[in-house]
Amino acid sequence: MAQGILVFIEHRGGQVRKSSLEALSEARRQADRAGGPVVALLVGQGVKDLASVLLKYKPDKVLVADDAEFAQYSTEGFTAALVEAVKRSDPRFVFSAWTAMAKDLIPRAAARCDAGCLTDVTELREREGTLLAVHPMYSAKAYGTFEFQSEPVFMTLRPNAFFTIEPDAAHTAPVEMLEVKPEKVRARVVETHAAAGAKVELSEAPIIVSGGRGIKGPENWGMLQELCDVLGAALGASRAVVDAGWIDHQHQVGQTGKTVSPQLYIACGISGAIQHLAGMSSSKVIVAINNNPDAPIFKYATYGIVGDVFEVVPKLTEEFRKALSES
Amino acid sequence: VCVKSVPDTETKIKIGADNRHIDLADVRFITSPYDEFAIEEALSLKEKHGGETVAFSMGGNEVTDVLRDTLARGVDNAVHLNDPDFQDLDPLSTAKVLAAAIAGGGFDVIFCGQQGVGGDHSQVPAMLAELLDLPQVTMVVKLEIEGEKFKAEREIEGAHEIVEGTLPVVLSAQKGLNEPRYPSIKGVMAARRKEIAVKNAEALGSSGKVGQQFCKVKLTELTLPPPRPQGKMIEGDAETQAKTLVHLLRTEAKVI
Ligand SMILES: Cc1cc2nc3c(=O)[nH]c(=O)nc-3n(C[C@H](O)[C@H](O)[C@H](O)COP(=O)(O)OP(=O)(O)OC[C@H]3O[C@@H](n4cnc5c(N)ncnc54)[C@H](O)[C@@H]3O)c2cc1C
Ligand SMILES: Nc1ncnc2c1ncn2[C@@H]1O[C@H](COP(=O)(O)O)[C@@H](O)[C@H]1O
Repeated sequence: MAQGILVFIEHRGGQVRKSSLEALSEARRQADRAGGPVVALLVGQGVKDLASVLLKYKPDKVLVADDAEFAQYSTEGFTAALVEAVKRSDPRFVFSAWTAMAKDLIPRAAARCDAGCLTDVTELREREGTLLAVHPMYSAKAYGTFEFQSEPVFMTLRPNAFFTIEPDAAHTAPVEMLEVKPEKVRARVVETHAAAGAKVELSEAPIIVSGGRGIKGPENWGMLQELCDVLGAALGASRAVVDAGWIDHQHQVGQTGKTVSPQLYIACGISGAIQHLAGMSSSKVIVAINNNPDAPIFKYATYGIVGDVFEVVPKLTEEFRKALSES
Repeated sequence: VCVKSVPDTETKIKIGADNRHIDLADVRFITSPYDEFAIEEALSLKEKHGGETVAFSMGGNEVTDVLRDTLARGVDNAVHLNDPDFQDLDPLSTAKVLAAAIAGGGFDVIFCGQQGVGGDHSQVPAMLAELLDLPQVTMVVKLEIEGEKFKAEREIEGAHEIVEGTLPVVLSAQKGLNEPRYPSIKGVMAARRKEIAVKNAEALGSSGKVGQQFCKVKLTELTLPPPRPQGKMIEGDAETQAKTLVHLLRTEAKVI
């Protein structure tokens, strides 16, 4: 009988993604509750050393598919590796972080296994021994609770929605190689271009500072970037300023941009249109800075400041700098 | 092109009496916004390379207007996949119905949107590619096709990936791929006279294979998001506001 959880681990530039560690941590929590092993899967070339990072998050086994074939991502190559790992470990669930790669890979692997799949999961809950998963729908204007009738079930977990467990440097578990020879790879990544300016990745950032039309022009990003630098935050934007060409679409938060769930979201000169809220309303704490006391964003803000961004933001940067240098 | 008919994104969501659907009273249906990019890309490929464009949509009566709109934009033919068995399907079953309709059609490119808004799953395109045994590129923001080769750019975290491969291929469209055109008056008139083909489960050979009872993922409950607790307005001049906020974020919210 299928049991346990297989976790697909994503890495880039020799680093395991934080959201993958969150998925691995959640798998550990679920397995501790329901039983069964946690198996982590690494796919790439020369990635075996990353297993030591994963071991701290207490998997019962690490599988490594290491091959020149996996030096660059391909849907078909990675699907073959993931499906092979499913065959080997016969899990009840397959977890992964909800990332651009997972959006491409996970539903494909699920279809190959003729298995159920739920993306962008924000909460897992148990009812009478079965696992239920929550997935935001209608641009986060409603939440669906789902149950499953398949083995395995593939799930992608929203970054920042699940917290990492305390790393345990002493934890050990077997690291095994997984032999995979993809049958055919008809499309593959040939190049990757880093987007200019993106210092901290939006969807995984614990803090986001976002700017809207209220910042008046692209020459004023510097003011927000300074606040970002002090907080180690990522820079977000409303669609209005993306459409105006003030910043790349990579930074857009909302229904037609990214969905984010940071600990802290600071909206500067953003009105709070429903499509913007769709992308950030699940943030833990929302701060709104807007000079119009009737701006809709204040209805959603944990803390609201009615004021001019050009006065408030520099003061805020200064106060954060002071506060953070004290601690 | 696979197009999905979805509730207008401006809709104020109310939960229906069964706690599993939204209340459809007063809901207007539109083409899922990402499918508009898919349609546009198909039309511009046709303008460049010739060929035929066909739209497929699975659903009930709410699909008809969306398919008419698709025809009005210039897509040559439309197929409506409609059967009681196709109600409330999960993404994998949806992909199975679409695959049954599309397989053997001799298409070079199969376009989808990157996400059907409403369900917000982003699953069908990759599943469809698997079921049709074709390569795929999801979340495409740029596309070039030359002969049998394609080159597609997709958006990933903090970067763009260039993916190359050979046709046929399944592609899912992300915002940024193009600027969708509006239907012309002439297009709207022509679309009215066009026939929309309808296919049911029997015609697709999916009877007894696809239906709610075969779904692996089931929605058991739909709820409104919990209301956000009443926020606090911070008073004073800019400096006081900044000081108070930093203090509250550290001591009350504990996020810094
Ligand atoms: C299908 C569809 C999809 C969409 N998707 C998205 C999406 O993904 N993301 C998104 O953001 N939007 C999206 N939109 C657009 C959305 O409806 C809004 O138009 C957009 O979010 C507004 O951006 P904004 O808040 O920057 O601009 P505005 O609405 O113009 O707001 C600017 C705000 O700045 C304030 N302000 C002005 N000057 C100052 C100052 N000196 N100090 C402080 N405050 C000031 C004003 O009071 C105002 O509230 C979408 C729309 C549609 C129809
Ligand atoms: N019922 C449907 N009919 C036609 N195409 C669909 C349907 N459902 C999903 N699709 C296609 O799959 C894409 C992604 O949908 P989803 O996986 O539901 O987010 C959509 O943008 C459509 O192109």
